[in-house]
Amino acid sequence: MRLSELGKQQTASVVGVEKLQADDAIAARLQDIGFVAGETVKVITRAPWGGDPILVQVGTSRFALRREEASRIVLQQGVQHG
Amino acid sequence: MAEMALRIALVGNPNCGKTALFNQLTGARQKVANYAGVTVERKEGHFFTASGHRISLLDLPGTYSLESASQDEKVTLDVLRGQHRGEQAPEMIICVADATNLRLHLRFVLEVQQLGLPMVLALNMVDAAQRRGIHIDVARLSAELGIPVVETVAVRRGGVDALVKLVDQTASKIPAAAAALSGDLHQQVRRIMADCVSIPQLSDAKVDAIDRWVLHPVLGPLILLLVMFMVFQGVYSLGKPVTDLIGDNFDQLNKLVAGLLPDGPLRGLLCDGLISGLGTVLGFLPEILVLFFFILVLEESGYLPRAAFLLDRIMLSVGLTGRSFIPLLSSFACAIPGIIGSRSISNQRDRWTTILVAPLMTCSARLPVYALLIGAFIPAHSIGGILNLQGLVLLGLYLLGIVGAMVVGWVCKRLRPRDAQQPALIMELPAYRVPQIRDLALGLWERGSIFLKKLTGMILALTVLMWFISSFPNPPAGAIGPAIDYSIAGYLGKSLQFLFAPLGFNWQVTLALIPAFAARETAVATLATVYSVANADDVASLGHVLAHQISLASALSLMVWFAFAPQCMSTLAVIRKETGSRRQVVLSFSYMFVVAYACSFLTYHLVKAFA
Repeated sequence: MRLSELGKQQTASVVGVEKLQADDAIAARLQDIGFVAGETVKVITRAPWGGDPILVQVGTSRFALRREEASRIVLQQGVQHG
Repeated sequence: MAEMALRIALVGNPNCGKTALFNQLTGARQKVANYAGVTVERKEGHFFTASGHRISLLDLPGTYSLESASQDEKVTLDVLRGQHRGEQAPEMIICVADATNLRLHLRFVLEVQQLGLPMVLALNMVDAAQRRGIHIDVARLSAELGIPVVETVAVRRGGVDALVKLVDQTASKIPAAAAALSGDLHQQVRRIMADCVSIPQLSDAKVDAIDRWVLHPVLGPLILLLVMFMVFQGVYSLGKPVTDLIGDNFDQLNKLVAGLLPDGPLRGLLCDGLISGLGTVLGFLPEILVLFFFILVLEESGYLPRAAFLLDRIMLSVGLTGRSFIPLLSSFACAIPGIIGSRSISNQRDRWTTILVAPLMTCSARLPVYALLIGAFIPAHSIGGILNLQGLVLLGLYLLGIVGAMVVGWVCKRLRPRDAQQPALIMELPAYRVPQIRDLALGLWERGSIFLKKLTGMILALTVLMWFISSFPNPPAGAIGPAIDYSIAGYLGKSLQFLFAPLGFNWQVTLALIPAFAARETAVATLATVYSVANADDVASLGHVLAHQISLASALSLMVWFAFAPQCMSTLAVIRKETGSRRQVVLSFSYMFVVAYACSFLTYHLVKAFA
């Protein structure tokens, strides 16, 4: 599953960030800000009008991500407890 | 001999409170400029420690990483390595991290540490961390990192004393750089976090509670609308009276100087050129400052990224970004602060598109022209008992600008080369904070002085040029018409008329477009002069004269012209300064000219055909 598909107020664990091309600056930035394997993420809310961008909690920070940014982040489903 | 200042660089993630810390340390002793060759802001300040060491502090741009390709990050890395043209490498680094957000900020601390410079860590916002029950073992953190760590509260008086003391101790004997940790940085951060930090709750309950309202799908946009409305009210009710007051005082000064000097070119240059030019420049200032005040409050409080979050989708569909929202909102008062405000947009193309469309927002200087034309040509019919035809036309002109901006943004999006770097949002929504008076005041001072310093010279020079072409040559002896008829401007107006005749403009209107290029509202005064209306303030009688001189089709065409035309040279001057590109100025000018010409042409001929 990808972060773009995660429902509102749901949590999951990050598997990794997928690069769209060799020098994907967006993928690199996502890793810099903490979207790395093992980290827990939670979708706080979605923007009005089509639910894009989404607001994601990672660690103690919150980031607004557009759909195509969030879809780079691969998640592991159903192993989260709290 | 005076002691050489110790060069310290301040680095940290965005939202770590670095600017507040910089303000607390240096007070008003700061200098703002750009780094050589790039439009990245360079802030430097200095302070003295208790034992008299002079510290020169460089506030580097806030970044998440030193590796990615953005201009801010490149500048930060180059300066820290001593590779930036005209910059000496710092002798020491103060790295700032938000104590409530260490998981994110520690990674950057470790990355900076790899540069191998002497460094201390300022653990900022420890008060907020305590309130949230976050416990940090500072001694252990310092031991694991191998660098001194001090707690700071940048927004509290005395909150940086420990940091200043530490700097004082290290200034006489700079410690060697600690060995950087090796291996995967995220792994290191996790280990340190597990060892030194306990966090009872990942998110702040207060932030959650506010965000539930502010980001609510229905209430959120309504709150945003209310905030926008309040900002507008503020600009008009606080800024406008001061602007008018400055205008009145400059008029008085003008009369006073005019009374002292004999009639002649010197009096003309002083009164009509310099003094009115200065009046124009300073007249912008109050509204700009009020607007910047509100924007700073929204920025410092953390609301601005929320507004950008709510609007990103809509803005993206017309080729802009959520971050374009504030610059465009500002442009309804004046495009100048809007264009300066576009600095917060990190993607270069998004920023250029925003700058390109900002002048299409109906600025307050266009209102006098609209008021004159609407008053003279649009009957005050009421429609359905509540709506007024005059008000509807004014609303229509505002909407025309907005729709125009959307179309231009959309066209820019289509023209964007496919291989260009994809614009990203990836925007942090920080915790809410109470804006501090010190930071607001310094922010206002900084932006106000940028405006005055950068633009006064250029606007003044152009105003004097305008005065010159509208006053020379003098009318021949025995001339009957107003003096401007015989000047270079009059000549230009008449010779340019062939160009504007298809839009339904007579030569008087064409002539009024020339000074309107200096400041749009002066079109009214020029029309008053050429139609020899004794009192230019008497809009009603000028309107009466106009209604007899030009047709309804011409008037509507003129309004449309003002909605789109590149009329204000101050805007073009600030575009030149902010983009550092002449091409951008030429592009702005020419596209607006073409759009205005085409739309006015259509309006004139359609109205003529149907009316």
